[in-house]
Amino acid sequence: MSTNDGAVVGVIDYTTGNSRSVTRALNFLQVPNRLLSSPGDLAGVDRIVLPGVGAAGTSMDYLEDAGWPAALGELVAAGDMPFLGICVGLQLLFESSAEQDARCLGWLPGMVRPFDRGQVRVPQMGWNQVRPHSGHPFVTGMPADDYFYFVNSYYAEPGNAADAAAMTEYGVPFASVIARGNIMATQFHVEKSGKLGLELLRRFAGLSRGELC
Amino acid sequence: MLTARLIACFDVVDGRVTKARRFQDNIDVGDASEIAAAVYADGIDEVIFYDILASAQRRQADLATIEAVAAQVFVPLTVGGGIRSVADMHAVLEAGAEKISLDSMAVRNPEIIAAGSREFGRQCIVQSMQVRQVPPASGLPSGYEVMIDGARVATGLDAVAWARRGEELGAGEIVVNSIDQDGTHQGYDLDITRAIAGAVNLPVIASGGAGSADHVAAAFTQAHASAAIISSLLYSPRMERTMPVGDIKAVLAKAHGLPVRPAA
Repeated sequence: MSTNDGAVVGVIDYTTGNSRSVTRALNFLQVPNRLLSSPGDLAGVDRIVLPGVGAAGTSMDYLEDAGWPAALGELVAAGDMPFLGICVGLQLLFESSAEQDARCLGWLPGMVRPFDRGQVRVPQMGWNQVRPHSGHPFVTGMPADDYFYFVNSYYAEPGNAADAAAMTEYGVPFASVIARGNIMATQFHVEKSGKLGLELLRRFAGLSRGELC
Repeated sequence: MLTARLIACFDVVDGRVTKARRFQDNIDVGDASEIAAAVYADGIDEVIFYDILASAQRRQADLATIEAVAAQVFVPLTVGGGIRSVADMHAVLEAGAEKISLDSMAVRNPEIIAAGSREFGRQCIVQSMQVRQVPPASGLPSGYEVMIDGARVATGLDAVAWARRGEELGAGEIVVNSIDQDGTHQGYDLDITRAIAGAVNLPVIASGGAGSADHVAAAFTQAHASAAIISSLLYSPRMERTMPVGDIKAVLAKAHGLPVRPAA
């Protein structure tokens, strides 16, 4: 596993999100980190986490009010800043979400759909198996079929199948990890998935830009 | 497929875990953050603290206990008791809880479920209900009544109807705690748990009465619960034999074929 080289992880601070759960996990891992309330706080930050709890539309409104889509578009989508989206932070990477009919960041082709309430209990809440199937460095070394903690009523359907780095089954198979270059995301909560979640968060914090090209 | 989820439940007073039998006779069990860290290391899937905020005077100290737990326990933490407003929820979530459990307060003011759900999302709001079996003459269709205020006050509400109402209002999970079974170690009330699991599309959590791993298994296999609350089984000073999380999970998996998240 890579070791952290003193890189500072910036965690985008939602007022009603679980940003502090992520910084607590980073503190436990002794990874330097700080909360970012606006793009003005980015100086010295060399990787970014976008947590997310709540609805896609509400989250997008918050990001837009703080000026995040333009700043992140430049640094992450057009640049090479390592980025980790968590839960709703994964769903926002795509073009649109059926939740609140939200237009999302649109960095990756695809859309976000609801689970079928006729088939499964919604929200999905609990520990589910994650099966990596990509050569992306974020998931190499991740054991097959281990359990991570999910809380979601919607799931992403990438337009480009290669962007799905791991799959999970909940009534339907869905992409539980997204990875393309410097853009990574987990539908499950790495910060609440016990030791395995913490290991994945540590891995993100230790990946170099060179490894992610 | 989701695993059968095990939730350790602790009644917390002044930062100490206490254990009661049928809502009486509290016994001190130990420091809340130490006990939570121990069950986390043991492979528990989730932790619930009840009544931690029950006293307004102790609020800051109780938030500090939540923070101490959240700094070292990286599975979801639910906090309930004494939450009266969205501002209270903010404080608790900020301190490190993932979910808020609403019980008596939700019965008095159902709008608090909707307000919490709007502010933080459905996944954040756990509707907890204390239920007891009532005679057919009571006229409640499910045969179970919701009780509040430490199970002392009857509400006249039908348990299944109240669960459906909670789902409509925006709850994300429902805890069904049987007053009749609570502290008996004789097993969950499978009938009301099954009835509520069948009436709502939310995850339902069985609570009250687990005295063996087979009781826990029955919540999943017979009552279709998504999760089971265990407390006495893990740490009660009154139980002859308590069980580590790993041993309970081993019984669920080997004897009952249930999917479990491997214990650490």
